[in-house]
Amino acid sequence: MSSTLHMHGGIGESIKRKEDARFLRGQGHFLDDFVLPRMAHMAILRSPHAHARIKSIDTAAASAKPGVIAVVTGELMAQHKLAWMPTLSGDTQAVLATDKVRFQGQEVAAVIAETKYQAEDARDLIEVDYEILQAITSPDQAKESGSALIRDDKEGQKDNHIYHWESGDKAGTQAAFAKAHKVVRLNTFYPRCHPAPLETCGCIADVDGVTGKATIYMTSQAPHAIRTVFALVAGIPEHQIRIISPDIGGGFGNKVPVYPGYVVATAASLLLGRPVKWVEDRTENLISTGFARDYHMTGDLALDKDGKMLALRVHLDSDNGAFFADAQPSKFKAGLFHIVTGSYDIPTAHVTADGYYTNKAPGGVAYRCSFRVTEASYLIERLVSNAAMEIGMDQAEIRTKNFIQPEQFPYTSATGWIYDSGDYPKAMDVALKQLGYEDLKKDVEARRKKGEVTGIGIASFTEVVGAGPGADYDILGLRMFDSAELRVHPTGKAILKLGVKSQGQGHETTFAQIVAEELGIPAQDVLVMEGDTDNTPYGLGTYASRSTPVAGAATAMVSRKLREKARKLAAHLLEAAEEDLEWERGKFFVKGSPEKFKTIQEAAFAAYTNLPEGMEPGLEGVHYYDPPNMTYPFGTYAVVVDVDKGTGQVKVKRMVAVDDCGVRINPMIVEGQIQGGLTEGYGIAFMELITFDAEGNCIGSNLMDYLIPGSMETPKFEIGQTVTPSPHHPLGAKGVGESATVGSPAAYVNAVIDALSPYGITNIDMPVTSDKVWAALRSKGVTE
Amino acid sequence: MFPAAFDYAAPATLVEALALLKQRGDDAKIMAGGQSLIPMLKLRFAQPALVIDIGRLPAMNGIARHNGHLSIGALARHVDIERNADLAWLCPILVDTVHWISDPLVRNRGTMAGSVCHADPSGDWGSVMLALDASLIARSESGERVIPADGFFQGPFTTTLRPDEIVTEIRIPMPKGPAGGAYNKLERKVGDFATVAVAVHVELSGSKIAKAGIGLTAVGPTNIKATAAEKALVGHEPTDEVIVEAARLAAEAAEPKDDIRGTAAYKKDIVRVYVLRGLRTALGRAREVKA
Amino acid sequence: MKVSMRVNGAEKSGDIEPRVLLVDFIRTNLGMTGTHVGCDTSSCGACTVLVNGDPVKSCTLLAVQVDGSEVKTIEGIAQGAALAPIQVGFHEEHGLQCGFCTPGMMLIGEELISRIPNPTDEQIRWAISGNICRCTGYMNIVKAVQHAAKLTAAAKAPAGKEAAMAGGGE
Repeated sequence: MSSTLHMHGGIGESIKRKEDARFLRGQGHFLDDFVLPRMAHMAILRSPHAHARIKSIDTAAASAKPGVIAVVTGELMAQHKLAWMPTLSGDTQAVLATDKVRFQGQEVAAVIAETKYQAEDARDLIEVDYEILQAITSPDQAKESGSALIRDDKEGQKDNHIYHWESGDKAGTQAAFAKAHKVVRLNTFYPRCHPAPLETCGCIADVDGVTGKATIYMTSQAPHAIRTVFALVAGIPEHQIRIISPDIGGGFGNKVPVYPGYVVATAASLLLGRPVKWVEDRTENLISTGFARDYHMTGDLALDKDGKMLALRVHLDSDNGAFFADAQPSKFKAGLFHIVTGSYDIPTAHVTADGYYTNKAPGGVAYRCSFRVTEASYLIERLVSNAAMEIGMDQAEIRTKNFIQPEQFPYTSATGWIYDSGDYPKAMDVALKQLGYEDLKKDVEARRKKGEVTGIGIASFTEVVGAGPGADYDILGLRMFDSAELRVHPTGKAILKLGVKSQGQGHETTFAQIVAEELGIPAQDVLVMEGDTDNTPYGLGTYASRSTPVAGAATAMVSRKLREKARKLAAHLLEAAEEDLEWERGKFFVKGSPEKFKTIQEAAFAAYTNLPEGMEPGLEGVHYYDPPNMTYPFGTYAVVVDVDKGTGQVKVKRMVAVDDCGVRINPMIVEGQIQGGLTEGYGIAFMELITFDAEGNCIGSNLMDYLIPGSMETPKFEIGQTVTPSPHHPLGAKGVGESATVGSPAAYVNAVIDALSPYGITNIDMPVTSDKVWAALRSKGVTE
Repeated sequence: MFPAAFDYAAPATLVEALALLKQRGDDAKIMAGGQSLIPMLKLRFAQPALVIDIGRLPAMNGIARHNGHLSIGALARHVDIERNADLAWLCPILVDTVHWISDPLVRNRGTMAGSVCHADPSGDWGSVMLALDASLIARSESGERVIPADGFFQGPFTTTLRPDEIVTEIRIPMPKGPAGGAYNKLERKVGDFATVAVAVHVELSGSKIAKAGIGLTAVGPTNIKATAAEKALVGHEPTDEVIVEAARLAAEAAEPKDDIRGTAAYKKDIVRVYVLRGLRTALGRAREVKA
Repeated sequence: MKVSMRVNGAEKSGDIEPRVLLVDFIRTNLGMTGTHVGCDTSSCGACTVLVNGDPVKSCTLLAVQVDGSEVKTIEGIAQGAALAPIQVGFHEEHGLQCGFCTPGMMLIGEELISRIPNPTDEQIRWAISGNICRCTGYMNIVKAVQHAAKLTAAAKAPAGKEAAMAGGGE
């Protein structure tokens, strides 16, 4: 079927995806597609209130409904010490509420019934008596003295403050600001949004009553880490837990955490001795599972008289919701936010962050983002464009003037990052040429003279992905390495098993290509397996663009290990000395005699049939890769917008995206990732919003209110590239899955602000909706 | 997510449907395409004891010209309007509007009459019916009634239709002179309800406006007929001054509320902008007809 | 209530409550899981099927409403082992990533090509405007449908297949 079936599929070849075959026929196996014998269905009752004390729960009517097997409450969970669970940030989170509800949508009770319809019907009959408490919906409100204490369950917690965290050089930054010619300030709110993968979260827990083995099918981006968390939470021995992540319908960070539904379903299966399925509906997904962002940020940029950046000072207040459940490396309380100096050679910087509890859903996840780098990138790129505006410099020029230069790599940033490689001026140059920047600027000037509202926005982002060096990066103490296990069978066909888990990124193809390149076996002959903790090596999972940087490196390394053994086998077959053999993808030949060769398949056969004396049979290995550094993909994005003066509507006319993610393994898949990321970036910039009213009611609780860009809204993208390999990655590759979502929101917003700048408008917070643009224009007297 | 339990009937004839409705009208809901009703059932905002599916009734999906009006059968789907070649010149505002109705898949099932009867103040067809001075033909066991669109909408999801009545047809009067219309809608994405939308219809007599209709969407408890603005146009040459004044009056007639889509002030101003734009488009189209 | 319908050419029936949604009937009663649920509010189109040839959202239809109708799901697209042109198009143009929205997108693409043999970029974007893809950004979906259109035209034309196979291009 595939036009590229005959190709070898090495690095750099856009072979068609191997995983397509099942999805094209509707034969993918997503979580909700599984039906197990005797499977029961679970529905969760959620709190309608943001903050309320539970006075009583009456489950009698629900229990009496036909088909109902059990009704589970927090009280029952507490009897099994499962009413609370640890979060990925070392806090605790209620599984089913026992004392209070702390956000709208919080899990209160669950019904297990024979069918989904019966479970949901019965759920509506549970009666809960609440005493409503003051709802706190912002960090500012959380700070107020006398405001309600959200986490009264925590001993010693006297207010709603979670953490204070700093990075960089406070004194040095102060000194630099004192000498500045100009200080530019930006106050901006990166609002709460949601990854909202098209498939919601869910699980089927199947605890075997005889063996005690818990097999849990789960929409998880990180099955191995989740298994460890489950062992810790439930006290089940880890070898008795098997997590199977089947095909996943998009994750984008939403499917990293452990959710209460997983724990309740597992407990229910254990108690009932039957498999229990729980699948969220869309509202449950949006109101209760991992949100993203919600950062209130203030940035000050100090400049000299020539527009050179001297120092950066940033403060942020983080709105973490009712439980501190951010999915992030444990050493960094605000994730990787402190890479906020971005692509610029800023001598000194100081970053402070404070986290607050609010009566909103917990679970700050990185929505297509490497642990909060998105907020950082947005802040610096908006700040730099505003700085250009304030000092009357071109927004490309101020960037070029301040870029870290190619010869400065490896570059140590003011907050301690060691950037591996980059050529920022080149990416900028390619983007501006593609855009036709100089002509376009003239065109914008001319059209403005006619009264049109139009503008250009630029962002030159640097991302940091591939967590990470184990010494600095861990989740709950688990170092963020990843793994690959490779077995070549006698006929030269291979199985590669990984600790990561694809959610649409095309791992079954990309990782086969790494083996194809490094071991010479055609990609079609390499079967990639993921997502079954009993049958794949331990790994930390797929998020933060880490699969290629970490598991990809592990795959290259294990392939090389096997290649070295194959060399010995080939030498044995050729009756030549190992050192006399040369490797050409797919075969070893004798130096100077290319006709004397053995293929990798022949070597593989020999590994099982004709071994040198004393050699261990088989051709199989495993590699755990702990990366020496992160990788730093980067790029320049440029956007052109027209604004309708009458309605405030923004039309993206052009979007040029030049990405540098190092060596591209499958360029087709890489471009697909970029196009998808640019779309989600567009959504965040213009449409996607989770917000709350004063009572803490979530607005954005279904896809009629939480707006995801469709085919008519999404701009057409012009994609370009540069290639600056990572010096430390075995293949020179960097991660790419998230670059476009990290880098693009600032480019979109910068374009709108540029369009409005003639009227003295300097900021509109995302999402940049038509009513906000209209209000900004009207405030300056602009009308139709 | 799924509806609460209900009884279901799919009568084969209108007579049968009317008899059933007479008997159970108070706790029954009529369903044509179901594209408005089923979401309400799933959210359990509506929990009728009985759903009467009229989707199978024969001979109710026609679109035809009769005695000076355009007749649109109650089962004519949005897509039938979209793909009807004659409507593009007979009544172009309908084709203008239909592209704004939800999304292509919903248009494959939903009906114009069903949408009008659903009486969602954010519904698009209601404003167009008000601008065009359309009427609804309602049948019951006691006979047939012609209900002008003006006055039909009583409040959100509330109309003057009686519990024993079924709308069988919508009638749109054909213009007597050169005419044009336009529907402008501000939506946040395809499939979204309107933030604001405005239907405008004008008929010319010589250089003067002989008839004007303006309907407003999503700026009040019902679709609103901007009567004062219409009056300010009729009998006048459509000068800039007249148009601007009509736009001002239409905005005054709007009663929007602040919500996630924007402030009341924003919505009122969009009404003004869309009346300006709509009138200019409609007048341009009317003049083309004349030429 | 008894319902019966032809699904992908085969007679299927069931005894269900009137409130059962078509998507639940297809997934649960018929065990055909290629039709997905993404939103519950008629906003995403993951549940798209063809009823009497028209793409519709099966989460916003009652199974009883389509009693006696012709239903086509993703499972009915391929002709045996061979992929249909729309499937080839999606594969060749990388029109899918996670695969969750893909069944709906392909059914719409196939129906569009049956009405408009050579659809433009705008016509395709318009046709899929009620369906959400969270992964691709739509550009490759547009190319995939155009690729399929060329294959379909080539299959119908007596000659000139090679030219049409060159494919693609938004």
